[in-house]
This record gives sequence, C-alpha cells and structure tokens, in this order.
Amino acid sequence: MKTVEVKINGQSVQADAAGSILDAAKLAGTKIPILCAHPDLTAWGACGICIVKIEGNPRLVRACTTKVVPGQNYITHDPEIQKIRKTVIELILSNHPQECLTCARNQACELQKLATDFCIREVPYDTNIMDLPKDTSTESVILDPVKCVQCGRCALVCQSLQDVWALEFLERGEKTRLAPSADVLLDESPCIKCGQCAAHCPVGAIYEKDETDKFLAAVLAKNTHVSVQIAPAIRVALGEAFGMKPGSIVTGKIYAALRKLGADSVFDTNFGADLTVMEEGSEFVEKFLNRKGDLPQLTSCCPAWTDYMEKYYPDMIPHFSTAKSPMMMQGAMAKTYFAQQKNLDPKDIYSVAIMPCTAKKFEIRRSSDMNSSGAPDVDLVLTTRELGRLIKMAGIDFENLADEKADSPIGLYTGAGTIFGVTGGVMEAALRTAYKLVAGEELKNVEINPVRGTDGVKKGVIDIKGTAVKVAAAHGMINVKSILEEIREAKKTGKPMPYDFVEVMACYGGCIAGGGQPYETDDKVRAARTAGLYTDDAKSQLRCSHLNPEILHIYEKFLGKPCSDKAHKYLHTHYQKRPVYKK
Amino acid sequence: MKNFILVCAGTACESSKADDIYKNFLAEIEKHGLKDDAQVIKTGCFGFCEKGPIVKILPDEAFYVEVKPSDAKEMVEEHIIKGRFVKRLLYAGDEVGDKENFEASDIQFYKKQYRIALRNCGFIDAENIEEYIARDGYEALAKCIFEMTPDQVIEELKVSGLRGRGGAGFPTWMKWNFAKNAEADQKYILCNADEGDPGAYMDRSILEGDPNSVLEAMAIAGYAVGASKGIIYIRAEYPLAIHRLGIAINQSYERGLIGQNIFGSKFNFDIEVRLGAGAFVCGEETALIKSIEGNRGMPTPKPPFPAIEGLWGKPTIINNVETFANVPAIILKGGKWHTTIGTKGSPGTKVFALTGKINNSGLVEVPMGTTLRDVVFDIGGGIRDNKKFLAVQTGGPSGGVITEKDLDTPIDFDSLVAMGSMMGSGGMIVMNEDDCIIDVAKFYMDFCVEESCGKCSPCRIGTKKLYQYLDKISKGSAVEEDIKKMEDISNAMKLASLCELGKTAANPVLSTLNHFKDEYLKHIVDKKCRSGKCKDLVSFVVNDKCIGCTACKRKCPVDCISGEKKELHVIDQTKCIKCGECVAACKFKAIDKI
Repeated sequence: MKTVEVKINGQSVQADAAGSILDAAKLAGTKIPILCAHPDLTAWGACGICIVKIEGNPRLVRACTTKVVPGQNYITHDPEIQKIRKTVIELILSNHPQECLTCARNQACELQKLATDFCIREVPYDTNIMDLPKDTSTESVILDPVKCVQCGRCALVCQSLQDVWALEFLERGEKTRLAPSADVLLDESPCIKCGQCAAHCPVGAIYEKDETDKFLAAVLAKNTHVSVQIAPAIRVALGEAFGMKPGSIVTGKIYAALRKLGADSVFDTNFGADLTVMEEGSEFVEKFLNRKGDLPQLTSCCPAWTDYMEKYYPDMIPHFSTAKSPMMMQGAMAKTYFAQQKNLDPKDIYSVAIMPCTAKKFEIRRSSDMNSSGAPDVDLVLTTRELGRLIKMAGIDFENLADEKADSPIGLYTGAGTIFGVTGGVMEAALRTAYKLVAGEELKNVEINPVRGTDGVKKGVIDIKGTAVKVAAAHGMINVKSILEEIREAKKTGKPMPYDFVEVMACYGGCIAGGGQPYETDDKVRAARTAGLYTDDAKSQLRCSHLNPEILHIYEKFLGKPCSDKAHKYLHTHYQKRPVYKK
Repeated sequence: MKNFILVCAGTACESSKADDIYKNFLAEIEKHGLKDDAQVIKTGCFGFCEKGPIVKILPDEAFYVEVKPSDAKEMVEEHIIKGRFVKRLLYAGDEVGDKENFEASDIQFYKKQYRIALRNCGFIDAENIEEYIARDGYEALAKCIFEMTPDQVIEELKVSGLRGRGGAGFPTWMKWNFAKNAEADQKYILCNADEGDPGAYMDRSILEGDPNSVLEAMAIAGYAVGASKGIIYIRAEYPLAIHRLGIAINQSYERGLIGQNIFGSKFNFDIEVRLGAGAFVCGEETALIKSIEGNRGMPTPKPPFPAIEGLWGKPTIINNVETFANVPAIILKGGKWHTTIGTKGSPGTKVFALTGKINNSGLVEVPMGTTLRDVVFDIGGGIRDNKKFLAVQTGGPSGGVITEKDLDTPIDFDSLVAMGSMMGSGGMIVMNEDDCIIDVAKFYMDFCVEESCGKCSPCRIGTKKLYQYLDKISKGSAVEEDIKKMEDISNAMKLASLCELGKTAANPVLSTLNHFKDEYLKHIVDKKCRSGKCKDLVSFVVNDKCIGCTACKRKCPVDCISGEKKELHVIDQTKCIKCGECVAACKFKAIDKI
C-alpha cells in the first residue's frame, strides 16, 4: 500500500494514498460520523453528514468520497461543522417516524446513535412522514419505506455487490424512495432474499421477518416436540449479541440456551452438512468419474444462489447438484430417521432451524420437495439475530452458560460440516470426501488452501492421485457472474469446461456474513468469524464427513447408500426456471 | 432584386402558427409565379419573441411583427409585387417612428445587442447546411485541422477567455486542457443541451436556429483534446431542436464535415444525439453522464472531474450549447478579438432569456458588462403597464434576486455572484410591484422540491422544509423564529449538499431574505402581503361607499356576500376565497382589499 502524509486536525498520519479522508481519519483515531457510507460499499456521498474542511479551502467536502491529497490538513470537527451535521441529522429525523421503541432496529440503529451523539432532544422542523405500506410479500424480509432514510446502501448492495437489481431508487425529490425496481412487490421482483439489504440498512427500513413468536408458541404447545438445529455460522457470531468478540465459538452455549428456551432436542446443521457432503460429493464423483451428467457441478446449499440461478441462469439447472441444503437434509432426517428412533410421530415434531440467513426462511417453502417427510421438513427458520433476542427475552445469562452437547443420533459433526459456513468451505469439505471416493485413501492434509481466503473468485486445480479436478469458489453474487459466463461460453463454443466443481455462496464471505447475522459485519468481523470456524475445524477430531460415525450409522440404518433412492426421496430436490419478475 | 422572406420558425413563433405563415407565403409565391423573385426561408429565432411571429423581408430590411398566416397574401401582393411596405405590420416603436426603411439594429430591442452565439439565428435556414457554410460555417474547423495544432486551438481559447455559459463560468480552455492531457484510448465530447432553468431557452433557440455551429464546435473540441466521439444530450421536450439537429448531423455527414476523415484529413469525429427525460438535475454534468450511461440521473462526487474520468470512465468534455456556439467565431476571429467584447474577467457576450413583467420579452445577446438597467429598460423596454420595478431573478432557481440598487452594476459572472445571484444559463425574470417576493421564492422552491434528485439528504429534505416554511409565511401561520430555522437549513444545504444544484437550491430563500427581509417580516408579524398575492393574508371588506346595488353579490362565485338592495353589503370572511371578482364588479370603489 502506497502511503502519503496528511494531517487530521493537525496530527500527521500516513494514509493510504488511494484512500479517503474518512479512512485517514480512522487511522488517526478520529471518528467522523457517517450514515450512508459502509465499509463494504463504494462511498457515494449521499447523506452529507461526514463533511469536513480542507484547511485553506472554503468549501466543505465529504470525507467518505474525497481522496486524500498529500500535505493537506483536514479539519474533521469544529463548532461550524458540528452544527451543520446536527442540522442535517435533524432534517433526516424530521422525515423519520419517531417510533424507536417498537422498531426492529431499536438500540441497533445507526440513526438513533447519531441522534444520541448529537444531543438531539427535539426535532425543530415540521415532520413529513411518508404514508406508504410495508412490503411483507416475501418470507424473508420486510421493507418499510416509511423508515427509509434514502442512504442508498440497500440498493448499492443489491446492485453492486449482489448484481440482483431488485432494489432501486424510485421517484425524485421529497418523494424519493427505495423500492423494488418497477415498483412491484419484493416477492414479484428479482429479489433473492439474501438479506444483505437488511444487514446493511442503518435503520429499520429493511429487516428480517421476526418469527420469534412462532417459536414461543411451539414450545408452549402441548405434545409438540421442538427440534432445533443450528447452522455452522451461528456458533461464531451469536456471541456478538452478548458483547462477545466476533469469532468466539459458542456452540455448547447455544445448545444449552436452546434447551433452556424449551427445545426438546438440539441438533447441529453441521451433521446435515456432513450428509450433504456424502450426497453432493458422491453425485460429483459419479459425474466426474463416469462423465454422467453436466459438469461442472454447481453447489446448491445456498437458497439465495438457487433463487438467483433459477431466475437469471436457468440454463445452469443441469449443472446444479440436486442435493438439498444441509438445513433441509437435517430437517428431513429429524422428521423421519430421528422420529423413528425416538418413536415420535413426525406430526408432533416442530422443526426449527437457526440460520445466519434470511433466504432460509424462503427456502423451507420453495417447493414441495421441502416436505419430503410428508409435512414441512423445517417448520420455522430463525436468524441469528432472532435467536439472540429470544435468549435475551428469556433472561438467560448466555456468556456464563456451561457448554452442553447436541443430541444424538443426528447431532455429531465433523470439521468438514463446520466449514460449510465460510466461502470455500463446502468445496473443501466435499473434496476431503471426494478424494477418498476417487483415490480410495484419505487425504493427508485436509486443509485445501486454494479455496480459502477472501478473493471473490478462488480457483484451483486439486490433484487426486494424478487426476486434476478444476475447482472454483465464488462468493458475493457479483463475483459469480464471471464464472457462469465462462461456463456458458464453453458450452456455446464446445471448448473444454474451465471447471469441474464450483461452489457458490450468495453472501460475501459466505454464511458467516449472511443476511441474518448480527449487525455491523465488515471485513474485520468476517475475518474473525472465518477464523472461528477454521479453528473449530482444526480442533475437531474428525475432519472428514465420511468419517462421522453418526453419518455412517444413518446410511447403514436408514438411507442405504449415498444417492440411493431413499436418499433421493429425502435429500434431493428439483429446480425450475422462474421469471425474473413475477408479473 | 430577389426578395428573401425570412420567417421565424423558432418554437415560440411556430406555436403562433409560423409554419402556416411559411406555407401561405409559399402558396402565394407559387400562385403569383414569383419563384424567381422571392424565396421563403424558415429561420431560427429572431429573439424578439414578444413581437412574434416575425417575418423579415430582405433586401428591404422590412421588419414585420405579429404576423398572422392570413397576412401572407397581402404581404406578397403589396411588398413583393408592388414594392410597398405593409405598414400595419411593420414594427413601430418610438425609436423608428413612422419610418419604413430602418435596419433591425435601429430597433431599441436590438440596439445594444451584440450577437456571437446567436449570429446566425434569424438569418439562415437551419435545415440547410449550405446556408451555414455560406456564412463561414465549418471554416473554423478546417482552420483548426489544417493550420493549428491542438495546443494552438486550446491556446486560442485561453486567449479568448471564454468561460462556460452553462452555469458557473469555468474557463473553457482549462476543461479542454485537462481532457487533452489525460491519457486514454477514448475521449468524449458532450454537449449539454439539457436546458432546464424555468424561462431559459437560449440553447433550444441556438439548436433550432443554428445547429451546425454546435456540431462544428464539438468537432473542434474533439480535435483539440483527441476525442473521436461526440454526444449531444438533449431533453426530449425539445422536438424541433432534435429534428433540426438530426437534419444538420445528416447533412454534415453527407458532406464529410463530420465522420471519418473530415475534409479528407486523418481526423475522425462522430456525433450522436441522446434524449433525456427532462430532469433538471441531468443538466448537472455528473448526473448527465449517469443518464447517458443508462443509470438514474444522480450526481456523483467531484473529483474525479469528468475531464479526467467522465463518460464510461473516460476523459470527457462537457460544454453547454451556448459555449460551443461561441467557439467557431473565436477560432475564426481570434481569441484576442473576443477579449475586446465584454469585461476583463468575462470576455464575450451572454444570451439572456428576458421574461416576466417586461415589455419586450425575448432572447437578447449582450456584451458582458452591460448593466441590468440597459437590459431591462432599454432592450426590454421597461416594465409592463408602467408598473414599478421590483427585482430581477437571474440564474434560474439556483440564482437570486437583484434589486433596484444593483441595476447599474455591469453584469458578468463575477459581479452576479457578488450580488448574491449567479449567471446560470441566463434566465432573467423581471418582477414588478404586483409580485410578492414570498410568492416568487415559493415558486422557485417548489421547482427545487420537484427537481431535487433525492440523493443527498440536505437537498432532498431541505428544499421541502424551506418550501413548507415559505408556505406557512404566505398563509400567515409562520413565526419569527422560523426565519432562523430557514437560515440554518439553507446553510446546511449550501455546505453539505453534494452537487451544485443542492448547494444553490436554498438561494431563492437566502437571496430574498437578504434583499426583502422586511417583506418576510410583514408577512410573519403583520400578517400582510403587500401585493395581495398571498391570498390568505388579504381580506376584502365593503366600505361605506356601497350603495347596495348587489352587483358584487351577483358576481361572487361562493355566495359569501350578503345584504339587501340599497343596503350596505357584508362579505363573510370565512367563506371568501379572495378571487377579487367583487372588486372588479363594483362600480363605486366600495370594496377594499386590505
């Protein structure tokens, strides 16, 4: 990184030569207030709160979008700047409903924090609150345009990071609002439910559909066996809701908390992930070795990605692994195998999944294949944020909970299942088992570095005893396009396929940075959660799915072989072309 | 000698049936077999829109005004056949008296004008490139290509001191020089024809009357900075300008004046037209670029400036129509010549669109440094109906009001800013004593509320709040502290908005507050509106002159006047809608407006 010397309020700092004044101020330990800027996004200077002075220049500039110039001294705080910032915040508040107490973002709202910091005790201007209905059309997120501050983060995420273009600015001037393009409902829009809009919204204008009530009702209901599974990425993020550091591994505490909340059985989606590896890995090996079916095989664990593919790239359907996601497999096994083992009527099981993801709420109803047990295999999906609230509501001292273990027989998991929560992890887990299936022996070093890391697209060639497997892992939908285009091009021209196996996760960083995870996720937080999962994997005694004794057991007792007819019945699904716009 | 009948075919005259006039002339000429003796030509705007449609017959210099289609017959029979002026249609201002033979430049409206940008408007047929060529058209481009290096072209512009006519007056040569020095495989020349200030129409008129001057200048710019592509961004609501641009582009391509190997040289330059949907903000250069790129027209932060990183991320020159129209003249006559016109800081001329409560509305091009008094009272012929001058709004919604005390200040880019206004694109709206300054500020603020792109919060929310305060003031429900709030909001908008539109959107308030604080206070404290425009602050009251004739009672549209015949009438203030019909109906001055 080339650095230049600039001054922040007279204090010299070596700033990134290509960075902004905002970045430089951070290095100098000076906090400039922001509302529209977000570390994940290219700053675009909408809110007008981060204005600063350049010494000797009469005009104020936006710290977020103005690049540093060597030698300049930036005044980030003085009474005049603070007064203007306060006026701008007051203006924003004058168009914002004062409903903090009942807002989804109460105490987690960036605007609320600004109002606190700027000592705003009243809104001096006449208020203009828009009169627009909430968009509750999807299972995943609720869009409340009335609370929107038009910062544009959601649209920037949706367009520039996710390449979905479901959200756009509509109308002009005071009527400007963020809404699905063409002013349709979210459900009718190209929205893939990834929830990154909600994760990036500074206020309560887009948020996950809160379904904690359903959980409370289920544990209260008589004769209901509440069975809960937790996704890999939850264990390194939930602690943040209780003031713990990002990446803190709290698996045992979550099991304990869930039991305190009234769960009758507690499982781990990591088991489902191990099962997915068996199915998806076998499916791949079959295609790869016997050249049956279309390569590359594309992973299918991520429901947002699946939705995207069905809308934008339906020609990829033959490439899609038919394996269900770990969550759906886990749910199906809870209502069949587990029910059998415990002599439970599947009808009495209420299957709950704690997920880092809003699209998972949509996935459980995406097709009739999700009811393979005869009823919904998963009845309810709660995000990490919702679980955090449930635990707080129950007054559980989370940090001091003693670790507990998951229930058997579908609770034990390997490190391979754990790393499903991070980009490259599904690929790595699948390759650990594929290696065994192809080479007939165990992979010595199970850490497959080419698919680790934060690059948007990671490519590598894995050598399995002289056979080269060309793999790629992409995360953040904008990064997926290039790979899909390469595949299309190869199909069109008949040139050799560039890949054999491709992993896709819709969210940048993977599920650890999913749309349902605790707020304030940035690259630092992503790195910490990722490290948490890799640490958990490294500490695992078993690191390959095919070595999980409970997995071996379930095949032996229930499913037969991977990709057997029975496995297909419960663990596989179908895809269909869907219109980008429903209407 | 052959007669040339020039019929104004600008948008204003066209809407007064200039096209029918043109067709009737053709028919009359045909009918009388005068094809060899007279030629009818559709020209661009003469500028003197107040008196349109205008028909000028050469070589007699007969300046006919307010011509109707039915007049063509008489004009051909009298003027063309018999050689007699049609007196009833001749312009007849005091300055020309009864004279028939006078030059257009004798007319008060034209006397102090100096035309560079409008040099061909009203003289040539915009749809015939030969006429442009006959008036030295494309000679400047040839001169650049064959006799000048790109640096010399830019140097000539530097010497000329030409500043951008679209708003802030940035030196044109500097923009060109930035783009020239930027390394890139492709550069673009954009012509900003997204004229959006209320009342301004100089760019439209230039494109309607002399489109080739802009094409030529764009090619010159392309040559100077090394760009091979030009795009004219024009609002779709300018159909005539778009039509004539299309013709001009086709004709210039046919003659090899635009396109590949211009004049047989190695220089290539293509021009295309892109239509905008008419958003005011798309006149802001970064928003304009976004719009051309197919995105929502919203400004982006500067830097990077378009000259370095513009359309599709490439170095891009954006000049407005009027700026371009000046360029060929400067190249041909030299930068030095240009500095002999206008002021030191702002050489050359500026076109103003003079409208409002003025006798001669129209387009006027005057040397920079002309005083506002000259423009309003000499060229504009003073205030309509002999009313008292109140103020002039210059610079459109982003500008400000200029009052009596500044009428004698020579106007140029810098003096206007010093007066708290700006040049803008040159809109000039004259107000008289019948106007209420709150009402004027409300009008402009309403425009800003509608036209804010909605991106940045100070502008999006601030404009609306300011409008609401103005509205309260006009309705008598504001309090004195509201002025302080308006100032706070305005200040935040000025300093924290992203683009120039937002930074200046509070000007209608700041400028009127600065010059007319007493009027604000009169509205707020006394609940009175001097002009009576703010209807909520006006009441109509019957005085004792009333004889009970019931005329007012019968006229009142809401039946709020009561009283028997020959008895004093009473107006029910709760029902009165302040339409003033009763005052007009009363023959005895028995109703006071207070």
